[in-house]
Amino acid sequence: MDLVRIQKQDFSVSEEIELVKAASKSIGGVVAFLGTARDISKGEEIVKLDFEHYPGMAEKKLKEIRDAALKNFNIIEMGIVHRTGAIDIGENIVLIIAAAQHRNDAFMACEWAITELKRITPIWKRETTKKGDVWVEEHP
Amino acid sequence: MVIKVRFFAMLKTKVGKEEANLTVPENISFDKLRDMLKKEFPALAEFIDGKSIMISVNQEFADKNTIIKDGDEVALLPPFSGG
Repeated sequence: MDLVRIQKQDFSVSEEIELVKAASKSIGGVVAFLGTARDISKGEEIVKLDFEHYPGMAEKKLKEIRDAALKNFNIIEMGIVHRTGAIDIGENIVLIIAAAQHRNDAFMACEWAITELKRITPIWKRETTKKGDVWVEEHP
Repeated sequence: MVIKVRFFAMLKTKVGKEEANLTVPENISFDKLRDMLKKEFPALAEFIDGKSIMISVNQEFADKNTIIKDGDEVALLPPFSGG
């Protein structure tokens, strides 16, 4: 399976980690960031989320993030999975896994990758509250 | 020449469609294209002026040096909120 994907269906964190770990027996530290759907935003109760992406460009940007992370950090492998479509509260949204010989490189690469994902990847979140739907415009 | 313009998220809602074909002059500059987009889609003018949206050409971020060609896919991208 591709290490960088955008998909509607949920993913298994442990299976994704195994996929990344399979890259090398030299991996000694794996850091994973899992973004999940919370039930509150700016004080408003969230009923559900919907994610839209720009097919083609979003996947390309995620691949660029992985390529840059592999080039600029001392890591061995990185996996990135982001979901689209309707996502219920508590469900997984995004997973970034960085694997390195040592933990510090994996922490740094993972933190950089999620920040970069939010900055350059054409993906948009719509929150449904009891008052209606709103497209989220900021990326804290 | 004709380009395809795509809209996403809140911009799609504002315009009321996902994409449109737009006839533009040959060798149009990026800045001129922005002006045309504002005229053609007035509902988006404030967003284009506010520079809160980015524009891509053929799925790469564009800037004032980007050259627009016949058949290009131009997309108006509101602020991202993935992750």
